[in-house]
Amino acid sequence: MSRGVTKLEQPTRLSRETLVSFLEEMLLIRRFEEKVEERFRAGDLSGFLHVALGQEAVAVGVCRTLESDDVIASTHRAHHHCLAKGMTPNALMAELYGKLEGCSRGYGGSMHLYDLATGNLGANAVVGGGLPGIVGAALSFQLRGEPRIAVAFFGDGATNTGAFHESLNLAQLWSVPAVFVCENNHYAESTPSHQHMPITDLSRRAEAFGMHCVVVDGQDIEAVYLAATEATAHARAGNGPVFLVANTYRLTGHYVGDPQVYRPKGELRELRETQDPIPRLRELLGVDEESWSALEADVKATVEASVEFAKSGTDPRPEDALLNVYA
Amino acid sequence: MPELTYLEAIAQTLRQEMERDERVFLIGQDIGAYGGAFKVTNGLQEAFGEWRVIDAPLSETAIVGGCTGAALMGMRPIAEMQFADFVSCGWDQIVTVAAKQHWRAGTPIPIVIRLPSGGGFAGGPFHSQNPESSFAHIPGLKLVCPATPSDAKGLLTSAIDDPNPVLFFEHKHLYRRVRGEVAESRFTVPIGTARIEREGNDATLVTWGAMLHLAVEAADALVEDGASIEIVDLRSILPWDRDAVLASVEKTSRLLVVHEDTRTAGFGAEILATVAAELFEHLDAPPRRLTAPDCPVPFAPSLERRFLPQVEDLVTALRELLAY
Ligand SMILES: Cc1ncc(C[n+]2csc(CCOP(=O)(O)OP(=O)(O)O)c2C)c(N)n1
Repeated sequence: MSRGVTKLEQPTRLSRETLVSFLEEMLLIRRFEEKVEERFRAGDLSGFLHVALGQEAVAVGVCRTLESDDVIASTHRAHHHCLAKGMTPNALMAELYGKLEGCSRGYGGSMHLYDLATGNLGANAVVGGGLPGIVGAALSFQLRGEPRIAVAFFGDGATNTGAFHESLNLAQLWSVPAVFVCENNHYAESTPSHQHMPITDLSRRAEAFGMHCVVVDGQDIEAVYLAATEATAHARAGNGPVFLVANTYRLTGHYVGDPQVYRPKGELRELRETQDPIPRLRELLGVDEESWSALEADVKATVEASVEFAKSGTDPRPEDALLNVYA
Repeated sequence: MPELTYLEAIAQTLRQEMERDERVFLIGQDIGAYGGAFKVTNGLQEAFGEWRVIDAPLSETAIVGGCTGAALMGMRPIAEMQFADFVSCGWDQIVTVAAKQHWRAGTPIPIVIRLPSGGGFAGGPFHSQNPESSFAHIPGLKLVCPATPSDAKGLLTSAIDDPNPVLFFEHKHLYRRVRGEVAESRFTVPIGTARIEREGNDATLVTWGAMLHLAVEAADALVEDGASIEIVDLRSILPWDRDAVLASVEKTSRLLVVHEDTRTAGFGAEILATVAAELFEHLDAPPRRLTAPDCPVPFAPSLERRFLPQVEDLVTALRELLAY
């Protein structure tokens, strides 16, 4: 069994067709998230919203390696995972508008998205809260001899919780088919990583449990996909869990409306210029203006349609607040 | 006297107590340069340095347990949970360790845990709760729920002075919405004392936290019916001011308790049980409570409005109580 950190060398190229489909999916997430920011500022949306501008390649690259009956758990920053795992933009947008047609019938909102039909065990807005359930899901696949895997997404900040350490320990001890995907965007809210943990190489946390680790550039979708392919194959083959660190950047505030006073001056602009996974892939593929505009138009239509769908949705009836407390 | 918002009153108290007592330090997520999720600690790290306003990682168990250990060694820690809801992650250290320490070992645990609580902003089920009743069942803890800027200051000062673990529930909805006169200099409001917000003869309304402000509106509305409602702002949940509540109900013979937390085993149940047992012969109507229903706090604004008691609900409940 291979242990330790695999540094991916120059990856083999995926087909152009595959990469183009990645680009479409990432652009859809990007425009969706921008629309969420816009609608929040316009006063349509309420609550606390965390978008994932800049982190699209992690969600898409990982979820594309999953089978439809594999499951994921997400966090307070969940839209990109949900869309990448197959939730429709309509169901997601309707939830953000608090409508019955939303994936959680309007009961949950942005931080509490659920879609069991697409293998989404849910966003959990208590940081670290999703990991223990992923160990349990993977354990049940193992007990029943099913070739499925369970994947937890979480941020660098979550690796400081007890839930993280307890979950990784159990996953490795029981050798369950789980993949722990740490989206290391270098900040936990306003706190930069160097201020919330005493190490820089996150994989060392999983190595402490003897867990197989893979570290990847999360802004390079091809690299993410290949790393995730390795990680998910390892787990699915019964070789035990994997810790996948995707180094990434949040190219926006922690929440919509965050003034980001904690960022060094110029950081955001520089990151947007150098660390945006979408132009990077577009450049790699050499997508010309005409094809790009066509792609933008398609994506825009989908996103606009989701807003229309959401706006014309049904408000849950007040008395329905009491439904579903018990099974 | 200067007017402060509820948030400013809390911030001023933290600053004054840190100036006054070197043992006091703050710990919590993003409370330093960022000033906290709600900006309560804005500027404090600049003033006191990063070892008195400590930015902590996402580690509620260690934050709360760490405060307990530091308190044992003579410090006066004040922890901020970013949202009251996340205190669930520190439950064991509060309930098993801090709350039982003095009884077990005779050592005081002077810690304060600040809990931004409450709904009304579409925060959804994990960012809107009022968990005071869960802790009310734990001997060894003290719980306070101020409703006004002045009480926020006086109770926080008392909480810091107190040799026991105190959970300070500060309602998020009040932070910037209520203003009031607050004495500049240091003062305390004794934990466990209620305040009569307004005197009345026809019914007693007991409440705390954000619901106090709805109670005032509802009582105003009842004036038009010719009814005078006595409002008791309980302020502290543990210990609670039984005497003040009993004295008021003895006078009015009718009781309504209003709280934003859910109903079953909510703190209203304790108050109703006490009043029923102690004042059975004085009552002109069965004691009532108006609370959130027994379900998680929903996100959709239409649902959340139904979940949170509204002024109209209070008015109706009071009218029914008076008409009995
Ligand atoms: C247990 C808990 N404590 C505090 C918070 C408040 N909070 C929400 S997100 C966040 C930072 C999370 O950082 P990270 O895990 O790196 O994820 P990111 O936001 O970068 O995606 C904090 C402190 C929370 N949601 N849950």
